[in-house]
Formats: sequence, C-alpha cells, structure tokens
Amino acid sequence: MSDLSEQGVGKPVRRKEDFRFITGNGHYTDDISRPHQTHGYFLRSPHAHAKIRSIDTKAVLAAPGVLAIFTGKDIAADKLGGLICGWTVHSKDGSAMKVGPHPVLALDTVRYVGDHVALVVAETHEEAKSAAELIEVDYEELPAIVSLADCEKPGAPQVHPEAPHNICFEWELGNKAETEAAFARATKVVKIDLVNNRLIPNAMEPRAAIGEYDKGTGGYTLHTTSQNPHVARLVLSAFVGVAPEHKLRVIAPDVGGGFGSKIFIYAEETACVWAAAKVGRPIKWTAERSESFMSDAHGRDHLSHAELALDANGKILGLRVKTIANLGAYLSTFSAAVPTYLYGTLLSGQYDIPAIYVEVDGVYTHTAPVDAYRGAGRPEATFLIERIVETAARETGLDPAEFRRRNFIRAFPHQTPVIMNYDAGNYDASLDKAMEIADVKGFAVRKAEAARRGKLRGLGYSTYIEACGIAPSAAVGSLGAGVGLWESAEVRVNPTGNVEVLTGSHSHGQGHETTFAQLVSSRLGIPIDQIEIVHGDTDKVQFGMGTYGSRSGAVGMSAIVKALDKVEAKAKKIAAHLMEAAVEDVVFQEGRFTVQGTDKSLAWAEVTLAAYTAHGFPSSEIEPGLKETSFYDPSNFTFPAGCHICEVEIDPETGVLDIANFVAVDDFGTIINPMIVEGQVHGGIAQGVGQALLELGVYDNDSGQLVTGSFMDYCMPRADNVPSFRLGFTKTECPSNPLGMKGCGEAGAIASPPAIINAITDALGIRDIEMPATPARIWKAIQSSRPRAAAE
Amino acid sequence: MTVVSMTVNGKSVSADVEARTLLVHYIREALGLTGTHVGCDTSQCGACVVHVNGRAVKSCAMLAGQAEGAEVVTVEGLARDGELHPVQKAFREHHGLQCGFCTPGMIMTAVDMIRRKPQLDEQTVRDELEGNICRCTGYHNIVKAILAASEEMR
Amino acid sequence: MYQFNYVRPKSLADAEALLAKADDPKLLAGGQTLIPTLKQRLAMPSDVIDIGSLKELAFIKVEGEAIMIGAGTKHFDVANSPDVKKHIPALAELAGMIGDPAVRHMGTIGGSIANNDPAADYPAACLALDAKIHTTKRLIAADEYFKGMFETALTDGEIIKEVTFPHPEKAAYMKFPNPASRYAMVGVFVAKGPWGVRVAVTGAGQNGVFRVKEMENALAKNWSPDAVASIKVPADGLLSDLHGSAEYRAHLVTVMAKRAVAAAG
Repeated sequence: MSDLSEQGVGKPVRRKEDFRFITGNGHYTDDISRPHQTHGYFLRSPHAHAKIRSIDTKAVLAAPGVLAIFTGKDIAADKLGGLICGWTVHSKDGSAMKVGPHPVLALDTVRYVGDHVALVVAETHEEAKSAAELIEVDYEELPAIVSLADCEKPGAPQVHPEAPHNICFEWELGNKAETEAAFARATKVVKIDLVNNRLIPNAMEPRAAIGEYDKGTGGYTLHTTSQNPHVARLVLSAFVGVAPEHKLRVIAPDVGGGFGSKIFIYAEETACVWAAAKVGRPIKWTAERSESFMSDAHGRDHLSHAELALDANGKILGLRVKTIANLGAYLSTFSAAVPTYLYGTLLSGQYDIPAIYVEVDGVYTHTAPVDAYRGAGRPEATFLIERIVETAARETGLDPAEFRRRNFIRAFPHQTPVIMNYDAGNYDASLDKAMEIADVKGFAVRKAEAARRGKLRGLGYSTYIEACGIAPSAAVGSLGAGVGLWESAEVRVNPTGNVEVLTGSHSHGQGHETTFAQLVSSRLGIPIDQIEIVHGDTDKVQFGMGTYGSRSGAVGMSAIVKALDKVEAKAKKIAAHLMEAAVEDVVFQEGRFTVQGTDKSLAWAEVTLAAYTAHGFPSSEIEPGLKETSFYDPSNFTFPAGCHICEVEIDPETGVLDIANFVAVDDFGTIINPMIVEGQVHGGIAQGVGQALLELGVYDNDSGQLVTGSFMDYCMPRADNVPSFRLGFTKTECPSNPLGMKGCGEAGAIASPPAIINAITDALGIRDIEMPATPARIWKAIQSSRPRAAAE
Repeated sequence: MTVVSMTVNGKSVSADVEARTLLVHYIREALGLTGTHVGCDTSQCGACVVHVNGRAVKSCAMLAGQAEGAEVVTVEGLARDGELHPVQKAFREHHGLQCGFCTPGMIMTAVDMIRRKPQLDEQTVRDELEGNICRCTGYHNIVKAILAASEEMR
Repeated sequence: MYQFNYVRPKSLADAEALLAKADDPKLLAGGQTLIPTLKQRLAMPSDVIDIGSLKELAFIKVEGEAIMIGAGTKHFDVANSPDVKKHIPALAELAGMIGDPAVRHMGTIGGSIANNDPAADYPAACLALDAKIHTTKRLIAADEYFKGMFETALTDGEIIKEVTFPHPEKAAYMKFPNPASRYAMVGVFVAKGPWGVRVAVTGAGQNGVFRVKEMENALAKNWSPDAVASIKVPADGLLSDLHGSAEYRAHLVTVMAKRAVAAAG
C-alpha cells in the first residue's frame, strides 16, 4: 500500500488527464465530427441598435452548398421561448427586475454589435459564411447607448421599453439608517470613485456546438462547450422548449477553459440543436475568435462611489457604496446575481465593519451581455474594499498593514451586515506570512536602490476574502435563484473492484479526474488508475449543477464523500455477511475489511465481486450490487481568504511597469492536490494582472462598435507580462463540509488587482489610477502628478 | 480543388482540397489530426503551432498549398515508439497545462525553442513565448516545464 | 476566405508572367499579413501567387560596403545571419523583434516592405539606413519608396527582388511595442553612415514611417543621447488610439531615439 500513500489526499499527484492533452488526443467539441454534419454560420448585427425592417434571404438558398436559413421569425413560428436569466433580483421598492425579452435570433430589433440575426446552414463553414453575405437586412439604425455613466440619464437611448431609463433593478443591501448614523459619528470620511473595467473572458477554446436530431427516437443531442451541461439541458427544455428534458442529451466533452463564460446558455447552441431537426442533419458551429469577442458574455464593468467612515483610531465605523453595474443588452443566465448577491455580500472584506449599505443599479446598455467571469462580483467587491482601505490607511497616516490589522475580524463565526456569516479564518496569519515571503522589511532598501536607477518602486497589499462553494440551496433560493446549488455524485463499484465516479461537477482545466480520484483512492485504498471520473454527459450523470464559483471541491467532492460513506457502509455489510461477523465489528482500512480482534480479513475486490455474485445473500437485508448516490447541499458558503502583496517597479520615462515580486498567501482549508491548487492560483493571478494592467473591453461611444474585437487590440496577458509567483498557504478548516475544504479557483483573480493598483499608486505617490494601468495611463498619471518645473 | 501532398509525422499524405484551405484545416479535417487547435483568427494565440521543415510555424497563417512537399510534424508526431518527448513529459511533471487547449501549440513552440536555444533562462523563455497565449496557467508552470525540459535535453 | 486560384511559380520570371495575366492577383511571400487578411475576408484576390519558396529570392550577400538581402528572406534568417550580425547588428536585432518566433520563421523582408504596415519594423531600417529597393523593374531609394500607410512606390506587376543596406558606422533600433498586438507603437531606428545621420520612426505616424530631420541635424553635430533628449516631435499627424495618445507617442519618439543613440554607442 506504500505507493498508494503517494496518490492520496494532500499529495501533488501528476494529472491523469494530461496524457491525452500532451499527445494531441483530447476531444474538444470542434474536434468531434458527426456523420453527415453540416456547418452553421450566424449573421450578426453590424449595428449597436437598429430596427429590422425586413430580411431578404432569397439569394441565400441558391448559394453553393446552402441547406437552410433561419431567422427569428422561424423560431417564433415554432413557439420557442427566449433565453432566460435564472436569478430574479428585486429592487428597493420590492418590484422584480425589469426584463426585456431575449430572443434566440433577433425578431424586430438588434441591441448590440454581434446580436444574432440569422443562422445559415451549409455543407461547409466557408459556404455558410459566404452565403450569409448574401442576406439583405434592411436596418433602420437607432441611437445607441454604450456608456455606463450616461445610460440612466434622461433622454438616453432606451435598450428595452420594459426598463425605463435602462434600469433593470435598483437593488440595496445592508442597513441604511445604521450606516448613516455611523457616518454621523465618524471623525474622518474617505471617499473614492472607482471603475471596474470591462473584461472579455477569452477562454482559449472558442465556444462551439454540434446539434443533432435522431428521427427514429425523436431524441436530440447537443455537444457543447459547457461548464454545466445539465443546467443547459434544463434551460433548453423547460424554458426555451427545444425538446423535453428526457429527449435531450447534452454532452460537454473536453472543454478548453471557461472562467464563467461557458456557464451560460447562448443563442448559438440553442439555434444549432433546434435547427438540426429542421435540416435533418447535425449542425456544427465553432466561434471564430472575433465572434467570441462579440458574443461571449463579458465580465465586470462597474462604476462605483464608495465612502468609508472612520473613528479617530483608524477603526472602520461604516461603509456606503453606490454602484452602477452594466448588464449589457440582455440578461444572461446568471447576470442579475453577479453585481448583487455575489458582490454586495462581500463588501465587508476581512474587516469588522458594523454598518454597511450598498446600492446597485443594474442597467442595460447596447453592449454584449455581462455575466460571471472568474470571481464574478467578488473581484469587484474586493477591489473596492481593498482600494478604499488602502486609501484610508494612507490618509490617516497609518501603515497599510497596521490599518488592516486594526480592523480585522478575529472572532468566528462572524455575522457581517451584508448577509454573510464567516465561519473560520485567521487573517493575521496570512498577512504575517505574506509579509515575510515578500520581505516587506527590505522594501525601503529596494526602493532606494531602484531610485538610484531612476525607477519608482511601490508595494501594495490586498487582504481578501471571498465566498464560494456556491451555495446552500435554501439560501440562494430565498435570494432569487431559480435553481438549487447542491451537487450530486454517484459511485459505481464494478465487480472487479475498480470504480467509476459520476459527478455533476465539470472539469475544464481544474483537474477533477485527478483530485476526485485521489479522494476515492484515499478512502477505498485502490490506486487512482482504477478510478474513472465521469462527467459532462447528461445521459451518464444524474442531474448536477456544474462547475463555477469555486464549488467543485467544497460541494462536488463533498457529494462524493457522502456517496462513499454509503458505499463503505454497504460493503461492510457484505463483508460482515461473508465473514459471518457483526457489521459493527468490521473495520475497513487501506482497502481491507477486517473483523476486529480476529485474523478474518477480506480484500476490497473480494467484497466487490461478492456484491455482484450475491450468492447466499440474505436478500431481505442486502440487495445485490454496489452503487450509491448522493446529493450534497452545503450548509454555508466557504470563505477562502488570504493576502496578496505586489511589488512593482516603474520606468517613469515610459510608464512601463515590471512586477518585481508577487506573493500570494491563501487559506483554502484542506488541500487535496497542492500542485493543482497552486496552478489555480497562478492562473487566477495572471487574470488579475490582466485586469489590473492590460485588459479592457471598449465600445465606441458614438458608433457602439466593439473597438477591442481581437487580440490585436484586446491585450491578453502573455508570458512576459507576468513573473513567477511566490505562494504560501495557511490553513483554517472550513467547518461546514466534511473535508474542511474551501475553494481555490477564483481567489487569484479576486485578490490580485487591488494589490497591483495599490502598489502602483504607492510607487507614484498618487491616490488613484484607473484599470488597466497601461504604460500610457501610468505615464499620463506621472505627467499630471509631477510639478511642472520637474517635468521640464 | 487541388491535390496537396506532404509528409506529416513521417507519413506521406495527400488530399484534394480547395486552394483556400489553411494548413491547420488540412491537418485537422483532411487528416483527422485534431491535436492542432485554432484559438484565434489573427495568428496570435499559437494554439496551431506545428513544425514545417523543422521550424515552428502557425498553421493558421499558412495555406496547405504552401506546405506542398514539406515535412510537417504535429503534436501527435512528437512521441517516438510510445515514448513521450522530454517536453511532453516536462509539461506533465510540472503541471504546465490545465484545460489543455493551448498545450499542443505550447509544446511545439517549446520544442522549437529548445532546439534553437539550448541555453535557456527564464526571461528568454518568456520572451520566446510571445506568440503563444495561455489563459489557465499564468505561464508559471509552462516556463518551469520548458526550463526543466531544456535542462533534461542538454 | 473567398475562393482564389493558388499558384506557385517556379521562377521569378514565371511569377511576373502570372502576375501580368491574372485579373486581380496578390503576391504571397511569407503570408503572415496576407493570410490573416484573407481569413478576415478583407481581400478578395482572383489569384494568389506564392513566391515564398523561390530560392532566387532567399539570400543574404555581402558586397563591398553593403548587405543585399533577397526579398524572400525570412525574418529569422536575417536575425541569425552572421553577415548581418557582423555588419549591421541593429538590423539583425530588428528582424529578431518582428512578431513572434513562428511569425519570423515565415515572414519575409520583401513582404513586410511591400505591405508597408504603419506599425511594421523594417520600413524604419530601410529609411534610416538609406536602403535601396531593387524590383523587377527598377531600383528605388527608400526615401522614394514609402508613400504613406500601406502605400508604396510599387506599381502593378512590380516585384521586390532584394533590398540593399549599406553598412552604417553606428546604428540601433528601439521598439516600444503595442501592449496588445506587439507591433511597434513607436519604433525608432537611428543610423550614421556615409549617407549622413538618419532617424526614422515607425508605428507612430498616420502616414507610416517618417524621418525626424531635427534629430538628424542635432545628431550630425553631436552624436549623443543628450542631443535628442529635448527634441519633441509634434503630436499632430501621429496616431492616437486606446493604447496611446498622439502626445504619448510623440514623447516615446524622443525617449526611444535617445535610447537608440545610447545603444548605438
């Protein structure tokens, strides 16, 4: 069993899934070809806002290779529903959010550049694309609004008549009166205005779908790039009405990154699976990158004003926040939840803040829908709280670490004024460790040395908390969720003793095939190569909720633990029967069943085989077989927390920034595979670096065109934009799940942007700089902060 | 349609394709070698990198016809006699991949990089990766894997 | 991509004949700009004439006090040529900064200057080094060749054969890349040779590559970074976009020029 100890919980086991990816044998959706498949191409709106007077498709059907063309009218004729938002948020006045219809293909109006106008189906992709150029759409161009700052103003163009002033909801959270009182008592109030920049997710695998229909059975199959195939099936059947749930199989095979953008149910896969029945052949669609830019749901995009009330000792008395959150032109699958319950609830950060009041206006603009992107709401909250806390520290003359310590929460559980009940944490520990790794003590010397070279050095902190493992079903239900957020697992033990675990979680880079197997290996005492993790197919796996919100460990693995408990209990019963012992006397350890105090013992595989031969079972007591199922609903969120410290060096002559050091210390509770967890942190930080320094989704204010529509203009982090990261871990176990796990997938993206911006503002001696802090913006900030004489 | 012939992973291949067929589509669709991926349309992401006559190129920025008569190696052709290439091994050993989509291009770029520059350091690796985008790993472990492989192959 | 005929001539003469015959032909050298352009359906040529594998266009020769580089020579080969490294190291370095390694394995010098992208690197070297562009019809001085954004002196049916760079006494190229595309946002090539002192700027100008006479005059008198440190180019006429304002680009021209002079020694 000694080799098994290297495969179990806590070990950096090399990934089982890697072999197929490093040899080119992965199966992503676009790698799959179905017999007689055709190709779909979407004609998209070139306008940000226009009425469709008419669509002339006559020339299209005569074009080479064309099989069919569909417009919104065809979909309406089939009485299909539109795309939905699965979370209903209510405004301050109690009214439900105002939802404009979201047709799969535009009916009479297009509302953003890239909105879906028609689907052309042809023998090849190029033929479909060429034919789409022959569609004559008579548009009546209308004024468009893409500016978040202006969209609520009187006279601004309206996105949906259902939502006056483009306001979808005016949401609030916290206690207004107590917060006002706290501000009245304050000796100092710190104010800050912040932009949380719009991001475009850009998973490296573009979205893709293959829809097909079996005339014989009436069954539909959809291969698609999804993080949650069961939710896709539910939406496509229950709301859109493509097919009944039991006649629709959704398969999410290997998926090349998601970061939230592949949670949602989009027009393209919906249209492909629906049209497959009309065409009578499979239809494949794969996004070109330019389509991904236009039509994948974007992330972030907030404008905020925040105020922090302090007493004379630098203790925070209250926080009030007003945020305008861009929802884009239509509500996407979870977009209403992101700037509300995933944002406002995290505004207490790691701090003991007695009173918090936050207002969020969710607004429509003529831009692509905005929804969850790695961190989803929590990066926006963390950026706000960590920027205002840093500013407060500087303006009260306190060291930023000391200011934070004065306000840390130290007693758990801790009820914040914004719903969350933090269950465990030790914020001093992560701050201490990060400061040690970052050698904060030596910073002054490094800064002086940089100054001698003409460079500006700065140091920035971010002590973050996030809530993940989303989430107790009852809690999210009461807050407006249309679904429960539990997870399912099924453990199938085969007669020969090897095991298949069917999970509702979905891996698209997270390494579940390895970590989940490690858990099972530790528990059952069998090697990981005898454990298969099955996911991503609604025909194989019972209903599951998928992977997002850093939930697969805390929720998905907890479901596996529960199913394993049942497997073990039944296996013990069988072993007891075989060894003619009382079940209470049977112990299961390292893959063997032993009768306590005797030399009677059976191997795992002997018991599993017996479970299926079932010879001589007392069938009234023990059913044959060994397969158990569990649904796990968490009792609370989990609260990963930690401290990131960034040190930057800036060339004042050009504004070019170098990340001289980046330290991340995280408390993720129990860690199953440290190698994979570190990888998650690395990737998260890089996306945070992207947000802080490089990435910005831009629509032109006048034309409503997407300016950053390719990698030529949208700046993706590359290898030379980031350093090697220095990581550390602290540990407080999460008390609410059986493994003590928290989530690790989003922390890097949540924590890092404020650390970087705090470092830049420290280096430049300025109060604020907008993200992304590009060389041009840094140079400009230096110009405007520098006294004129010095600049000459 | 034109018949385009070349050697791919040591085998002579030939297919009748349209003149506008990109090398990447020839490899993926005509030959069924789907390890080479398409991640962008502006030839920046590098998911499609293969070797043509011993040099790393972006197969999405090249017509199949341009590779007529050439020796092409894709990620599927790296392992020899069931033995993984040291770069493939290093990516696994150092967790240089997560979703795996950019990985074939990264590996082909790394093999080319190590061939051209046997003495690599971290900064050189990062500079050389300019044409390969990864959204998952933050590059940390990719850099580590390439340095380890280059050490191994020295 | 739209449909087109693809032809691979066996000689430059064949290529000229094909070019003359076709309705709306495009020459394909390395394809690193043309293929992405075709993919985006921004061009619809009737014929794509692939001269990328013509051996007679791929060479680097030293003749007297000049280096002659065949139009079909890949950036990678220029960057790694012992002759270029010896006589014009700044040109080798410039070639090593174009695109990324895979792009450098395909892209050619002829393709780059025929396209004359305002953010391309080679035009700055051509202008600063007083290069001569040899075509199938004539010899064009760099000063006469670059005519504005994507515009050159080339006429229909004319193919670049080679580019001749005289050896400079001093030369260096400093590039400030666009953070997203990594093309030059400002690239400054400074050179001093028998033809005098030249400062050529790429990436920044609305009309493509341009020379900065004021800097040239200052450097002719005093070849030192300080000589250009206080010379500002006007922001008028410079590109301005989300990556950098015209003012920022103007400032970077000065900084890059100063650093180039320092690097040139």
